[in-house]
Amino acid sequence: MATLAAVIASTHHPFYYKASTAPPEERPPFADEWVAKITAFRETLTRARADVLVMVGSDHFHQLWLDNMPQFLVGKAPFYDANWYNEEREFGLPRMLLRGHEELSSHILRGGLDEGFDLAFSNELRIDHSITCPIITLRPEADLPIVPIYTNIFAPPLPRPGRFVELGHAIRRLIDTWPSDLRVAVIGTGHLSLELGGPRQFGPHGPDPEFDRKAVEWIASGDIERALAEVTLDSLWTPGNATHGFMDFMLMMGVAGEGAKADYADTLDLFHTMEAYFTWYPNGVPA
Amino acid sequence: MSKYLLNKFLFTVDRDPDLVERYRAAPHETVAWWESTIANEILNCHGGEASTWLAFDDVEREALTGHDYVKLFELGAHPFLTLTLFIAMFERDYDEPLAFQKEYGARLSHFSLPYPDIAT
Repeated sequence: MATLAAVIASTHHPFYYKASTAPPEERPPFADEWVAKITAFRETLTRARADVLVMVGSDHFHQLWLDNMPQFLVGKAPFYDANWYNEEREFGLPRMLLRGHEELSSHILRGGLDEGFDLAFSNELRIDHSITCPIITLRPEADLPIVPIYTNIFAPPLPRPGRFVELGHAIRRLIDTWPSDLRVAVIGTGHLSLELGGPRQFGPHGPDPEFDRKAVEWIASGDIERALAEVTLDSLWTPGNATHGFMDFMLMMGVAGEGAKADYADTLDLFHTMEAYFTWYPNGVPA
Repeated sequence: MSKYLLNKFLFTVDRDPDLVERYRAAPHETVAWWESTIANEILNCHGGEASTWLAFDDVEREALTGHDYVKLFELGAHPFLTLTLFIAMFERDYDEPLAFQKEYGARLSHFSLPYPDIAT
């Protein structure tokens, strides 16, 4: 069977690419610390020697639109073009091309449907920064095949938090039972407290540092029970109007498992939002 | 009252560099043109088929032609779509980094939770 080599959960900050590649005179003061933290975080994936990456993210109204909005969608294509004009414009993100892993896509689609998740699929998916940001931070060579999984954290009505956790559990089971000798890493990105297009946006730190502190603790300690007890679709409006992206972290907690303490956890308090980085090694810390 | 149609306007303009500039420079003309040509297109569907029933009401039309992002927030337009497009149009007019985004937030400061419903 396949080996789940690493489970990685992260925020996806679209300004990292620009901050880390800007010429010295345009480099923001926090860039050096940010790059150092990302470099250390990247090592946690490198050590896992993954062959294929399952990438969990959320389309930001790029390809998926309100006339036909899936709740959970799995890409099944040989290639994925990536990043969009408005992401180039606003964040300076580069156009990218990633290889797909259709066999694993098929396995997740078939198995997910059989487990009771009515997964949508796409045979031609242009992915956005929710997936390319972690490629840029964790695997800038962009040389590993991927299976993109999109969740709807953006356009109500949304699935409830518990459903994200359950899908995470299902993804874990499906990788553990995939008849393959490959090493799989699951990488998912979401948000801690975040406000976009509202009165609390672009403050000196995330809009709700207390939520962030609790959320980091839930994730690092694998406390799914506590997170589910405190987080609802309604409650997530309080820390910031884009905080439903935290449900992607909850999905990743589901992949890691109840009570699974992260083998690596780090944070960086930035303007606008807190960065957070977590890695689990479900089958042992690689040598 | 159609939050969906407001979002459709913001979505289709934001993804088209020419339309971004056109909406910045000539909002009345652009909104009128868009409502008469694009509003009833079924996106990602071939051109021979279209909807027949989508139109702005006066308040929505006025919010769009006035570049009034505060009103769009109040009407429940998706805040991510509004923010992204308005950054593209107006960030360039400010000298300091994030100055437009901070002013945008400040102009919404009279809103408290719960914010206007964005469900479509």
